[in-house]
Amino acid sequence: MPRLSRDMRHPIRLVVNGREMAGDAAPRLLLSDFLRHVLGLTGTHVGCEHGVCGACTVLIDGVPTRSCLVFAVQAAGRKVDTVEGLAGPDGELSPLQLAFQRNHALQCGYCTPGILMSLSAYLRTHPEPDEGALRDMLSGHLCRCTGYTPIIRAALEAARELRKES
Amino acid sequence: MSDRESRRIGLPLERFEDRALLLGRGRFADDMPVPAGTLHAAILRSPHPHAEIRGIDAAAARALPGVFAIVTGEDVRRWTRPFTVGVKQKMEHWCLAVDRARYVGEPVAVVLAEDRYRAEDALDAVAVDYAPLDAVVDPQLALAAEAPVLHAGVGGNLVSERRFRYGDPEAAFRAAPRRIAITIDYPRNSCTPIEGLVVLAEHLPGAEGYEVLANFQGPFALHPVMALALKVPGTRLRLKTPPDSGGSFGIKQSLFPYVVLMCVAARKAGRPVKWVEDRLEHLVAASSATNRVTTLTAAVSAEGEVTALAWDQLEDCGAYLRAPEPATLYRMHGNMSGAYKVRNLAITNRIVLTNKTPTGLNRGFGGPQVYFALERLMQCIAVELDLDPLEIIRRNLVPADAFPYRCPAGALLDSGNYQEAVARAVAEGGLDELRRRRDAARREGRLYGIGFAAVVEPSVSNMGYITTALTPEERHKAGPKNGAQASATVALDPLGGVSVAVASTPQGQGHATVLAQVAADALGLEAAEIRVTVELDTAKDAWSIASGNYSSRFAAAVAGSAHLAALRLREKLARLAAAQLNVPAGEIRFAGGRIFAAGNPENSLAFARIAGTGHWSPGTLPEGAEAALRETVFWTPPTLDPPNDADEVNSSAAHGFVFDFCGVEIERDTGRLRIDKYVTMHDAGRVLNPALLEGQVRGGFAQALGAALFEEFVYAEDGSFLSGTFADYLLPTTAEVPEPQILHIATPSPVTPLGAKGVGEGNSMSTPVCLANAVADALGVADIRLPMMPARLKALLEPAEPPPPARPASPGQSAAR
Amino acid sequence: MKPPAFDYVRAESVEETLAALAEEGDEARILAGGQSLVPMLNYRLVAPKLLVDIGNLGDLAAIEADGAAVRVGATVTQAQFLAWPGLAESLPLLAQALPDIGHYQIRLRGTVCGSIAHADPSAELPLCLVALSGTIMLRSRREARDVAADAFFSGALSTTRAPEEMIVAVRFPKRRSGCGYAFREFAMRRGDFALVAVAAIASDDGMRIAVGGVGDRPRACDLPPLADAALADALNAFAWELEATDDHFATAAYRRGLVRSLGRQAVAEAMRCRG
Repeated sequence: MPRLSRDMRHPIRLVVNGREMAGDAAPRLLLSDFLRHVLGLTGTHVGCEHGVCGACTVLIDGVPTRSCLVFAVQAAGRKVDTVEGLAGPDGELSPLQLAFQRNHALQCGYCTPGILMSLSAYLRTHPEPDEGALRDMLSGHLCRCTGYTPIIRAALEAARELRKES
Repeated sequence: MSDRESRRIGLPLERFEDRALLLGRGRFADDMPVPAGTLHAAILRSPHPHAEIRGIDAAAARALPGVFAIVTGEDVRRWTRPFTVGVKQKMEHWCLAVDRARYVGEPVAVVLAEDRYRAEDALDAVAVDYAPLDAVVDPQLALAAEAPVLHAGVGGNLVSERRFRYGDPEAAFRAAPRRIAITIDYPRNSCTPIEGLVVLAEHLPGAEGYEVLANFQGPFALHPVMALALKVPGTRLRLKTPPDSGGSFGIKQSLFPYVVLMCVAARKAGRPVKWVEDRLEHLVAASSATNRVTTLTAAVSAEGEVTALAWDQLEDCGAYLRAPEPATLYRMHGNMSGAYKVRNLAITNRIVLTNKTPTGLNRGFGGPQVYFALERLMQCIAVELDLDPLEIIRRNLVPADAFPYRCPAGALLDSGNYQEAVARAVAEGGLDELRRRRDAARREGRLYGIGFAAVVEPSVSNMGYITTALTPEERHKAGPKNGAQASATVALDPLGGVSVAVASTPQGQGHATVLAQVAADALGLEAAEIRVTVELDTAKDAWSIASGNYSSRFAAAVAGSAHLAALRLREKLARLAAAQLNVPAGEIRFAGGRIFAAGNPENSLAFARIAGTGHWSPGTLPEGAEAALRETVFWTPPTLDPPNDADEVNSSAAHGFVFDFCGVEIERDTGRLRIDKYVTMHDAGRVLNPALLEGQVRGGFAQALGAALFEEFVYAEDGSFLSGTFADYLLPTTAEVPEPQILHIATPSPVTPLGAKGVGEGNSMSTPVCLANAVADALGVADIRLPMMPARLKALLEPAEPPPPARPASPGQSAAR
Repeated sequence: MKPPAFDYVRAESVEETLAALAEEGDEARILAGGQSLVPMLNYRLVAPKLLVDIGNLGDLAAIEADGAAVRVGATVTQAQFLAWPGLAESLPLLAQALPDIGHYQIRLRGTVCGSIAHADPSAELPLCLVALSGTIMLRSRREARDVAADAFFSGALSTTRAPEEMIVAVRFPKRRSGCGYAFREFAMRRGDFALVAVAAIASDDGMRIAVGGVGDRPRACDLPPLADAALADALNAFAWELEATDDHFATAAYRRGLVRSLGRQAVAEAMRCRG
């Protein structure tokens, strides 16, 4: 790969939520900003830009990643999944999203997309998590509204639903 | 029309807000479209806690690629004037430091560029000639004669001092056998929403003035403050809020100076300007709760009855008295007796400025500071008298038959039954079992304690309480201020659809869901049929100075206003229906989407049929009937008078009650506190949606736990700021927040339209002190400072450590040298 | 909070990476997981001219064990290391320490070698490497050299790596028979950097105790077999030797206290699981 100059925008092609997308980015453009302001996917939120709050978490090649700690150029050629890709083709909420709604696991909803993305990956590899494991995994996300327990309840419930499905 | 049957209010309905948020389709401020040509702002902030600004050279910054303009104090002087201040003092607070910076993080210049990256690049190139001055950050040191003075015109740092006296405190202290006191140094903290502040400002070319989109939360009393600063009539400052806001908890009140600043920037650039606050900016400069030094003294009878309280409060508002300060100090003023029947009060309030970030709204707003002192004192009284702390609380609670109860400083406790709330909490929360656990733990030598806290939770602030900071003479001169106007509009569309619009600027609490429940009940519809809009436009919507989302006013005031507006609409519809159904209007009922006669439900019409009449056939209305189209209700609590000449003030319209107890254990080796059990009992009056109410309690508890255990804005003595990242300012995570046991009783408020009271702030007031009381019980110490970090608790339980070995030689071989 | 401008290259080979380092020296930074570097960039604490992304270098992605040590390549993430099947058997200390690194989401991206290169004095991996007397494998265009952990960390966020060198791997010596390994950490919250972390290795012949979070780098001391009061004295002496300082979370005295108490626990645990 050639060296990408700091002063120019470079074309980035990647697959977002299963769809080929493209946009231009200077090397320093954070993936969070690229998703939000270049691709218009504003569901990914920015809360701290130093990797603590977890609000901007997306999946890169299936792996939960803080998009504020990745540059758009790093995501070139990769698969990125964001909160916009969680629902079904007609907008039907996924079992995880429905569990969040039933359990009042969100209030302002600002941190929620990051939490959903972490959980969507985690529950795939850990189909039977207990509360302790979920509290440990989700300690990488800050939520100021809910006091967390409804999020844990929703995750446990979603895990049960997903087990039934598979 | 007396049909008050409700079927939706009181149900734990799922939220209508959630679907969009879960899909990633929320519309937060930074998600909203911007006009073409919008510039992006980055703010240069003072690295000094206190410094003269001798000059700014922005030429190099302006020459950088992508940079459009630099805004400095000169521009701010040209287009604005200093903000209005709540006390009479010669001090100026501009939206940008014009000649002197007074806290680390104070805005000094703004770079406008084609994107935020470029704008930040240019910050380093702005050359500011600072002459550093001595700084003071400790409120007590700031009072000293030799302390650096922040505002020369004031002559010192004390900007307000008032003494109050209610009942006969001197006599009570003379008569009391015991006098028990406590001094509290309450720290700074903030509820730090995960979304920062966002402002999009435009200066329109004609006479329209400024248009702003911002995730402001109110109070809209700050709208006139902004308009005055911008030197335009209020009608020339159009402020809009986005549909969604990523939390606020009071903090987004503090964006109003940035509205003014970005308006100036947009005017200078001739282009729209957008500013998105980042986390570093937020922590260093957005806002914080006040830190406060309180000495509270009680006159106590031999039986533990408190007969008088003497408050000495020294409030630190930071570098400027930014509106609505000094509100933090006066928010609780009418109820400085807490949940207790004490009749004699002496209060000394002093407000001091220091070289720290200006303070402002923060969940609990003044309550945490007051209750930390009051409830710690109650625990200390119990220790001194060798009585059970719960017994001390019980002996002093306002009696159940005393409601409505007028507190000595003027608060009207509208309803309550504190004894029953305590009794039920003790029984349902299992206090006896907790005591057994404590005894068992102590037998094993473990450090285990139980804490209690009883708190009156005020809601719906009286807009006049702040004027208690002025003398009666000053108030007479300025004219009376009081009330708390809430507004709601319920409208019918041509197809009979119902919409509700409010000026409550929610930040995630689920207002739309509750308003749909309220309107649905009034009109006999399903909640899902009601369309609620919560985004506000000051040019078009019904609002007043009390609008906004603060002082827990939604359920009590805003939902109540929507209820009243829906009832008005229903009354008009009933008259139209009565004419068509040939029954008296009083016999008309609304249910299941139909309007019918009470005695003969078959005699009915579809709701939509009548509801569209005002649009389609206004000419056919019965004689004297008005079309039912849109009803706007402004409601203000009838009990909110201005402070009287005796300085008595009913500072809030409704007063809920919280009673908490908890068991904690402290690890001997590390000082780490573990919560074994936490019980929180709430009386929030009538419950509108129990799921949302529990969400408020649980969320408030988690934030309070953060304040109790982790969170503090720390300044070094020299004024530098040490809590500038989320790795330094620690929020509790899933791993630190246990689930509290939440209990309820309900004594509906006779003051509010739906009988509801606020509930969102109680735990901010009760939880830190409840945990501290448990720690005091566990460690047998009185002097407890927040946050109760492990190192602090360890120092309390083991003041001395083993000395270094006599000879500096290590017994082993140090391998890393 | 946006990073300053830099050039970017996604390296296709170690040689290309080394060439870039040789050319740019101090002005280039290696980008692997980015969990330490990118926050520094967003804070604008560093402003390199060039970032060399080694994320695609497959030949640095291996975890390989020989008789004596486990070699972890430069792009191996902390999560991959934690999931390595041989971990508990070969590296019991790491099996205990790795779950305490940051959060799940951080470990999924953060690399083992990146944490070593970053050299945070409170981080778990530098501490473990020092405790186990591991080795950092450095390469430049001119030479390859191995540096002992003790000699690698030279201060807070500071190492003896030359600007033109990159860490290609680190080597963790495997469990020795007769030794027990224990790790104890105290942090303000789940996932935070340690206020104090202690690693202990014990055998019948003596013990090695390493401490992180106190002072500017992880430090170790070797002790003869000790118990009870003598062990307490030795831990106290080591605690005082570490030159702890105050910060707004904890006093130096508090940190010394944790060295004593976590040290006692770690030694007891290490003694118990000698095998």
